[in-house]
Amino acid sequence: MQAFTTLQGLVCPLDRANVDTDAIIPKQFLKSIKRSGFGPNLFDEWRYLDHGEPGMDNSKRTVNPDFVLNFPRYQGAQVLLARENFGCGSSREHAPWALDDHGFRVVIAPSFADIFFNNCYKNGLLPIVLPAEVVDQLFQETAASEGYRLTVDLAAQTVTTPSGASFGFDVTAHRKHCLLNGLDEIGLTLNHADKIKAFEAQRRVEQPWLFS
Amino acid sequence: MAQTLYDKLWHSHVVHEEADGTVLLYIDRHLVHEVTSPQAFEGLKLAGRKPWRISSIVATADHNTPTDHWDEGIKDPISRQQVETLDANIREVGALAYFPFKDQRQGIVHVVGPENGATLPGMTVVCGDSHTSTHGAFACLAHGIGTSEVEHVMATQTLTAKKSKAMLVRVDGQLGRGVTAKDIALAVIGRIGTAGGTGYAIEFGGAAIRALSMEGRMTLCNMAIEAGARAGMVAVDQITIDYLQGRPFSPKGEVWDQAVAHWRTLVSDEGASFDALVELDAGSIAPQVTWGTSPEMVVTVADRVPDPANETDPTRKSGMERALAYMGLQANTPISEIPVDKVFIGSCTNSRIEDLRAAAAVARGHKKAANVKAVLVVPGSGLVKAQAEAEGLDKVFVEAGFEWREPGCSMCLAMNADRLEPGERCASTSNRNFEGRQGQGGRTHLVSPEMAAAAAIAGHFVDVRTFA
Repeated sequence: MQAFTTLQGLVCPLDRANVDTDAIIPKQFLKSIKRSGFGPNLFDEWRYLDHGEPGMDNSKRTVNPDFVLNFPRYQGAQVLLARENFGCGSSREHAPWALDDHGFRVVIAPSFADIFFNNCYKNGLLPIVLPAEVVDQLFQETAASEGYRLTVDLAAQTVTTPSGASFGFDVTAHRKHCLLNGLDEIGLTLNHADKIKAFEAQRRVEQPWLFS
Repeated sequence: MAQTLYDKLWHSHVVHEEADGTVLLYIDRHLVHEVTSPQAFEGLKLAGRKPWRISSIVATADHNTPTDHWDEGIKDPISRQQVETLDANIREVGALAYFPFKDQRQGIVHVVGPENGATLPGMTVVCGDSHTSTHGAFACLAHGIGTSEVEHVMATQTLTAKKSKAMLVRVDGQLGRGVTAKDIALAVIGRIGTAGGTGYAIEFGGAAIRALSMEGRMTLCNMAIEAGARAGMVAVDQITIDYLQGRPFSPKGEVWDQAVAHWRTLVSDEGASFDALVELDAGSIAPQVTWGTSPEMVVTVADRVPDPANETDPTRKSGMERALAYMGLQANTPISEIPVDKVFIGSCTNSRIEDLRAAAAVARGHKKAANVKAVLVVPGSGLVKAQAEAEGLDKVFVEAGFEWREPGCSMCLAMNADRLEPGERCASTSNRNFEGRQGQGGRTHLVSPEMAAAAAIAGHFVDVRTFA
């Protein structure tokens, strides 16, 4: 997994609540058996005016000029600013894969859906929860100033605005450690293989019907 | 100390705990389907790792499989490749059971697990699919996971996790005729919102829940994720135990008795405390119909489409306006005056035998309305299909002008050929009314099987309680 330490990134504002993972990456692109290549189809139904299917040459499609991701001022954005309950719905990890493939490294919102939130950490994408009024302020500042960038420091657990205002955010020690170091979580877990084996052996004795 | 059912399920699976409360949680059952597993199998192989316990795996192909012309196979080459990739992976790795495309026991993974007795009380059940919450109906700790976690479970038989808070949704009283578990689910979501359960595991309790069949409890737990809760659950009672007796993977003989004795402890203790409580009176729940693009945008069939002019919160207001524009609806239109173009009866929410019986009881002796282009009835599994045919339900549907299809996820998410065309409006028994969910530009209204069948016949939404 790619590590995440600090980032100073351009901010793209997506001003909608309850953005679901079907919207982030529509179902037809889930037929891929790969982890990469989802970026061009991120928010496909909002981003293009025509219907997208896997295998199409996306450079030849009709772009929706009214969708924020297509605004020239937000090209190259690495921080996605969003509203409540971002990433709700389907468990598809293709959603963080598509955000990452497009170039986003951070998503900031007042709240996230649980499965999406968890999936982000497995892919070096940092989801940050900030209070609704702070997110509101960031939306206003992003709109007011072209080229608006935020500085995110995972070690310090802070988001800092261009004017120097700084906001702290929560992250569990385990997730922070894995993300800062880009660790393979399976490898870490297998350090406890003996414990898992012992637990399993005990369970097999106590509840044999679970192992038939 | 008095424990909740969730406390019991959680504590009995903790293998290791770190200082920050992150635990390694042991996983008993791993359900696998073709969409969210290929990258996990590939990751395992690239790292040179072996699956930890293949007898925990139950697999089936459901999302991409067609629901008609099975003799022609899967025509879409990308869908076919994904299904064939699952075939190859299971052939190589192994599983307790695999129900491939066209197998008699193939079907939607959340229908197949319980009906085969592969979902048992007290288990942790995971699957790369958010509707894994369904299995909580059996007093399991069951939730959806991402593909990285699918790989993690295959490699280690555990997940890293942190304990959620516990919410009790207590539904007392008695449901009225024509009101179902689906209506309870939608009423709960309407009350607490699609993020209301975020960070919680929900236990459903109360007299109205105890009165539900296992099928109804599965419908309810299925939609816990639509309320934002990864897991929903119902305590064990005699209905749970009766359902499981004699299923292919249920324990037998002496072990059955031993299992039942343990299962009966899987209830919240008297006086156990929850972090949140939501109470509903079943008698006051009317048939529900969603009007927007989120399951929380729901009203009763007797209501009108809400008016954004009455909403003061600006984000909610713009969300309502966007939803009405997408849905092609005017504020204040009576729900019963909204015509439908298609009807879908199926999905992991409502495709079990009881759902089909309920839909057939409404459809019997009627014909679909002329303005309704198609009514798809898609059983949840091959076994459900066979049972329905043994009861003659297929004939009832066909005589009403409905299409009787092969099992699969079908038009719940439209990964196969079953989908809405842009602008088409559908009464659907599925779980998500998101933009584009049933096909780009498609407009979904979530309802119960009874309400879907009634809409098919009337040509518009109609209160099934007064429908002749």
